[in-house]
Amino acid sequence: MSILIDNQTIAICQGFTGSQATLHCSQSLEYGTNIAGGVTPGKAGQTHLNLPVFENVSQAVKETGADTSLIFVPAPFCRNSINEALDSELKLIIVITEGIPTLDMLYLKAKADEMGTRIIGPNCPGVITPGQAKLGIMPASIHSKGKVGIVSRSGTLTYEAVDQTSQEGLGQSSCVGIGGDPIPGSSFIDILEMFEHDSETEGIVMVGEIGGTAEEEAAEFIQEKISKPIVSYIAGVSAPPGKRMGHAGAIISGGKGSAEDKFNALEKAGVRIVKSPADIGKAISEEINS
Amino acid sequence: MNLHEYQAKFLFKDYGLPVSKSQLIFQLSDIDRAISVLNVDSYVVKAQVHAGGRGKAGGVILTKKKEEIRDFCQKWLGANLITYQTDKKGQPVSCVLLEECTDIKTELYLGLVIDRSSKSIAVIASPDGGVDIESVAENNPEKIFKVFLDSSNKIKDKEIQKLSDGLELNKSQNIEFSSLIKNLIKLFVDKDFSLIEINPLVIDISGRLNCLDGKINVDSNALYRQEEINGMRDESQEDALELDASKWGLNYVTLDGTVGCMVNGAGLAMGTMDIIKLSGGFPANFLDVGGAVNKESVTEAFKIIVSDSKVKSILINIFGGIVRCDVVAEGIVSAMQDIGIQVPVVVRLKGNNSDIAKNILEESRLNIFSETDLTLAAKKAVDLSK
Repeated sequence: MSILIDNQTIAICQGFTGSQATLHCSQSLEYGTNIAGGVTPGKAGQTHLNLPVFENVSQAVKETGADTSLIFVPAPFCRNSINEALDSELKLIIVITEGIPTLDMLYLKAKADEMGTRIIGPNCPGVITPGQAKLGIMPASIHSKGKVGIVSRSGTLTYEAVDQTSQEGLGQSSCVGIGGDPIPGSSFIDILEMFEHDSETEGIVMVGEIGGTAEEEAAEFIQEKISKPIVSYIAGVSAPPGKRMGHAGAIISGGKGSAEDKFNALEKAGVRIVKSPADIGKAISEEINS
Repeated sequence: MNLHEYQAKFLFKDYGLPVSKSQLIFQLSDIDRAISVLNVDSYVVKAQVHAGGRGKAGGVILTKKKEEIRDFCQKWLGANLITYQTDKKGQPVSCVLLEECTDIKTELYLGLVIDRSSKSIAVIASPDGGVDIESVAENNPEKIFKVFLDSSNKIKDKEIQKLSDGLELNKSQNIEFSSLIKNLIKLFVDKDFSLIEINPLVIDISGRLNCLDGKINVDSNALYRQEEINGMRDESQEDALELDASKWGLNYVTLDGTVGCMVNGAGLAMGTMDIIKLSGGFPANFLDVGGAVNKESVTEAFKIIVSDSKVKSILINIFGGIVRCDVVAEGIVSAMQDIGIQVPVVVRLKGNNSDIAKNILEESRLNIFSETDLTLAAKKAVDLSK
């Protein structure tokens, strides 16, 4: 088992013929992921990466039987693209695009919840289930099939956690980047719950960062619902209040959202916290093997 | 992006919200015209900067004397106002807002914000306005009234009533408030704002509502479709280095320490700052070079980091992933040669071809220390900064 994607997943890519999509889809295909085609309006009928290009999502779904979409469409067009994916009743929509207006995400998140569709991202590295499927921009080489579930708000910091769990010989069941935006399609809680029910996941790494209260909400959920060992690192202890640290969501505002608050809440919920991102691998190894 | 108070009030007026009569003074020659056009008994004179706490810092006065308006403008136009919310240098005063003075009976608070937990727009009101709303929320939470809008972003009549009751408004004020809040929500949604605060919203001596201040934050992601708002951007209020960095696609924030940082990815950049602190040092900046790490972006990042004279060493932390580490190493070496970097540089490259990268860095004979272990790299950079 695994979460979100596996070797049964059939995916299409929206914004398929763009340069980023081309680069990352060819790596996904090389990894053995079943990407069955793509969508680029105005380029229907063409072949890209030896796969068919469709005019719209509903056509692509009809022809390929896809259940998942991977989106690289530029931010100004993403509201329409995600909307189209929702209307085509896909199970899973993974949005890599950075810079989508917050009000667009408010609308799309409400619609997705109503329809029961899962969105991952935006502004995220995507999802990988090592040895089965890779839908995102993460480097395949650092991953190995194994037992740690990883969920994170950040991209390169996720790779750091992945690399360390591979070095420890634990490997990963699935890795999910939920993205650094204020209104993400999926929260820590959504992904933690999936890992709890996934038989291959023996331990969980949760990488958070300053801003918002998603980690505090996750802490409450963990206390009640999660039995598996969790290691957590929160980036930004050294960040001053009022300064946005890159991600639109990463800002300590109104005295809320500091790393200290998040560490405290998680520790109270029984989570093993690490203060250095270099200690993640060792800590989860100790937790799983204890 | 933030807006000035005068810009907020311009938009309020545009959307039919009550604001005071006002004039703007950008230069000394505007003063006489502004006073004669406004022509009232008593004036409020307010320095326009992107920061709160202006009153206590001397940036706001009430006066009946035209001479005092002149003195105020002479003092502040072109000068920097330092408040508890600014850094030590303060913020340059962009212009002065001259308003008719309002006789205040009651001060209220009204705010709109995108609430991450409920994933909706939250409307927040309190009868205790004019003071720091966070302390009201902490000490008198029963004085805070909240409504979360549904996905239509429209407010329901019973929700308006709840806020109106919380604000202790009478019947005619309730009618005014009802149209005010609807228009404010429309403004928020039309213009892609992430925050509006009216603190205080006042009831004047005649019992009418008036928006006496206005603070607005705009969703930067939406600026591409907000031409009018984009035109209101005041770059003089932004940190010059941060602004310059953003033009090169670099995300840079100045901090107080001595270890300069260059990292790919916002999370890892914060993580690198944290490790520096754990190793006993202090980061001089947050800098995310983004996804495309190449010679050009590395060169610009170096220039920005070393323009801060506090920087005594630099830690570069790049998680290669899809970019090849040897390409990044070549970029680092050639950028350092081009600019002539004087301070020692510790480089931690992880990912594809990191062995080749290590050789390139070592053979360059520049002041570079290559270290693949993140903890050791941070320790080295901190040692070199002392």
